[in-house]
Amino acid sequence: MNYILPLWPAYTELFLLAMVCVILVADLFISDDNRIFTYALTQATLAGCIAVTWFTASAGPTYTFSGMFVADLMSDVLKLLTYVAVMMMLVYSRAYIAARGMFRGEFFVLVLFATLGMMVMISANHLLALYLGLELLTLSLYAMVALQRDSAVSTEAAMKYFVLGALASGMLLYGMSMLYGATGTLEITRLAEVIVNGEGKDLVLIFALVFIVAGVGFKLGAVPFHMWVPDVYQGAPTAVTLFIGSAPKLAAFAFIIRLLVQGLGAEQLLVEWQQMLIVMAVLSMAIGNIAAIAQTNLKRMLAYSTISHMGFLLLGILSGDLNGYGSGMFYVVVYVLMNLGTFGMIMVLSRSGFEAENIDDFKGLNQRSPWLAFLMLLLMFSMAGVPPMVGFYAKLSVLQAVVNAGYLWLAVVAVMLSLIGAFYYLRVVKLMYFDAPQDTAPITPLPDVRVLMSLNGLAMLVFGILPEPLMALCRYSIQASL
Amino acid sequence: MQPGLPLLSLAIWLPMVAGVVVLATGSDRNAGAARVIALVGALLGFLVTLPLYFGFDPLAGGFQFVELAPWIDTFNVNYHLGIDGISLLLILLNSFTTVLVVLAGWQVIQSRVAQYMASFLFLSAFMNGVFCALDALLFYVFFEATLIPMFIIIGVWGGPKRVYAALKFFLYTLLGSLLSLVALIYLYNVSGGSFSLLEFYRLPLALPAQILIFIAFFVAFAVKVPMWPVHTWLPDAHVEAPTGGSVVLAAIMLKLGGYGFLRLSLPIVPDASHELAGFVIALSLIAVVYIGLVALVQADMKKLIAYSSISHMGFVTLGIFIFNLHGMEGAIIQMISHGFVAGALFLCVGVLYDRLHSRQIADYGGVVNTMPVFAALFMLFAMANSGLPGTSGFVGEFMVIMGAVKVNFWYAFAAATTLIFGASYTLWMYKRVIFGAVANPKVAGLSDINLREFLVLGLLAVPVLVMGLWPNPFADVLHTSVNELLTHVMQSKLPLQ
Repeated sequence: MNYILPLWPAYTELFLLAMVCVILVADLFISDDNRIFTYALTQATLAGCIAVTWFTASAGPTYTFSGMFVADLMSDVLKLLTYVAVMMMLVYSRAYIAARGMFRGEFFVLVLFATLGMMVMISANHLLALYLGLELLTLSLYAMVALQRDSAVSTEAAMKYFVLGALASGMLLYGMSMLYGATGTLEITRLAEVIVNGEGKDLVLIFALVFIVAGVGFKLGAVPFHMWVPDVYQGAPTAVTLFIGSAPKLAAFAFIIRLLVQGLGAEQLLVEWQQMLIVMAVLSMAIGNIAAIAQTNLKRMLAYSTISHMGFLLLGILSGDLNGYGSGMFYVVVYVLMNLGTFGMIMVLSRSGFEAENIDDFKGLNQRSPWLAFLMLLLMFSMAGVPPMVGFYAKLSVLQAVVNAGYLWLAVVAVMLSLIGAFYYLRVVKLMYFDAPQDTAPITPLPDVRVLMSLNGLAMLVFGILPEPLMALCRYSIQASL
Repeated sequence: MQPGLPLLSLAIWLPMVAGVVVLATGSDRNAGAARVIALVGALLGFLVTLPLYFGFDPLAGGFQFVELAPWIDTFNVNYHLGIDGISLLLILLNSFTTVLVVLAGWQVIQSRVAQYMASFLFLSAFMNGVFCALDALLFYVFFEATLIPMFIIIGVWGGPKRVYAALKFFLYTLLGSLLSLVALIYLYNVSGGSFSLLEFYRLPLALPAQILIFIAFFVAFAVKVPMWPVHTWLPDAHVEAPTGGSVVLAAIMLKLGGYGFLRLSLPIVPDASHELAGFVIALSLIAVVYIGLVALVQADMKKLIAYSSISHMGFVTLGIFIFNLHGMEGAIIQMISHGFVAGALFLCVGVLYDRLHSRQIADYGGVVNTMPVFAALFMLFAMANSGLPGTSGFVGEFMVIMGAVKVNFWYAFAAATTLIFGASYTLWMYKRVIFGAVANPKVAGLSDINLREFLVLGLLAVPVLVMGLWPNPFADVLHTSVNELLTHVMQSKLPLQ
């Protein structure tokens, strides 16, 4: 039996790895003035990834590397969205990082390595592969947070991120080792079979589950494992915050699906992690939304808003059926899109030597630039889940799954907490539209940023009026993969 | 007889497109263009609703001008539009009011004109959407979407406490509607995966479920109407909103609540509606009597009219929940009439406010000496507000009282006190503002209304009189729809044991 082949499901990963090495070397020979070349090469690499993934897309799950690696429709869709998210993040960040001395080869290489980590996570069918992908991603992120090495805030954020992240990884590994002890396998599909057949040791499995859920909670930033999120979001350079808040959420979603649903989705364990996720989801929505009200720093506010959104995402997953997972995927995709736009806007308003990271920096934006204010309005209402923005449909589909699973009370709690959430999004709109500007510096985004920002903002409305394609895509890819 | 054009879609999307075009004119340098385009858009929007009235078959039951297209297949949501007599009148009212509002803001609004005009066009489009929607999710989307332009209108062009008022308005109404969303999702699951209202109408539901759904809907619509005791956002919103905002708020937005009761609460959960009717009637009567008294002591004209709106809307909910033909038709007529009258009164206050920048009754007096034409029109609307026979205000109130007598004399008695209170607060305010000696030099320097203002108020005076003297054109289109609704509501939807 040939264990290695087929190789084609992993073509994209191999291509990306090769290109990262090329960029790493090529960048040595590029002078600072021509750094744009590295940038172009990075974007071209990601575009190449899109093409490769597109052409190697497979209908059903294909396993390779002795069953460590899987390619299915969900992984293809999530990877494609990841590339798009990373490309958008690079476009938004270019001017910002150039003004802050981070427009260097390392940044791009780290971004690509992190992307590779996410791809491995998305496609992992083995606990070790999953872990390796996760570590490749997070180690790159630690370095990126600390990239501005003479900034005390960034360094502090990186330290915090690293220490807590390492702790979480430890928990995860411990949980995985117990899983191995209980079932004798690390392969996710095999793991599921063993558990369904009742061959696993129940008590050990429950223990393993606790550690794994805790690890997942850390990575996702769900309460009570959320402490690092606000500090890292605020301390990291905005470009990096944008990165942390966007594509990795897609990978985290895949991580949950692979680990909890595919690996530990057997009936007897499902009810166990459902209970844990209920607690985490409710707490995340409550603490995220309430704490966000008190923030004056926009990045910190968005960090708390992320926590609440992750709580909402957990709601979709804990419904425990295909419908719920599909809505969870739709939710996370929409969330990433909104997050990209919002942080992109912060970077548009920032300029060299000035960070537009306080909420008050948005004051009077409607008078400074009506178009940008309008786009931000769309983004904020989408975050708040007000129709006709796409954020509403994301919430709707999750709520529908929750009600369908019989948790009516949970849906009521969720909408009440999102009402609290609406307040702080509205406050941003209020500042932009109702207040007079404090800052009169002209806002001059690069043309590519302007176009992308417009597309990003209008996507809220377009997907809001026609949500069907995206929604159906997410549902279908979950159905075809599980 | 179905005309070829999708008229309902036009009624929704024409103002929407016009709004986008207006928005595209950009900065205030092109304010003139923005105004003209907005007016053309609003007029076209009104014109496309006229064939609805003339093409409407008042004898046919069910929904007319139906449009059905798949929208979100995943949730089996359809772009399903259709109107009955109730929605027809409200659509006409809405589109008509939009024209007036655009005209009313013509000179008054000088900053960010395009955004102002576009907001009203969007608002009009969304509200037409609510009145046409036959799919619960579509209804909800439009219902919620109305909040966004109104939030902006109050917050940007409003008075000194506009931020507070705008946030209060938004969060209050969002609170209500979020619960109804959960109810809709529940219905979706129970009905086996459909958001169609017609499907919901047929769905049998046990009483406890009905009651919970009723409460969820009730919170949403009661906030919108607004009913006592969740009315407190309205005076704030009205006082701070610019004139146009107040007009649309009073004339149409409040009707979304009444319409919601008629379109969702009653037919979907009829048994719970009967069960809890006493509670709703009690709240309605408190609104009529208590809020009427509150209105009496207001020193601010806008606040006075806002409270008077709440009191009049109490009539609407009373009429709906006594479940007879007179009551329900009266409620709908009252909604339409109140749209014209309250809109007109807010415009009158706006006329004064534009000149003196005060809404305090005490700052005025003897206005008739300097603004006779205005005083005459204001008189008409004040009379209509107090329910004088011959004006539209009388018809609805009279019908509701008549309906109430059949159910319980004391309901009717309490409701009828409004004829006294309404006359007291409206006419007393009118007397203090318009009559008497000229109060101060500012009033002496007032100039009478110009042609544009005369046109706006005159256009409103016509329906107020027509409806009062000859209500048949309005009532005729209602009979069949209301009868159908009542028949439906009388049938229990409890599952057979």
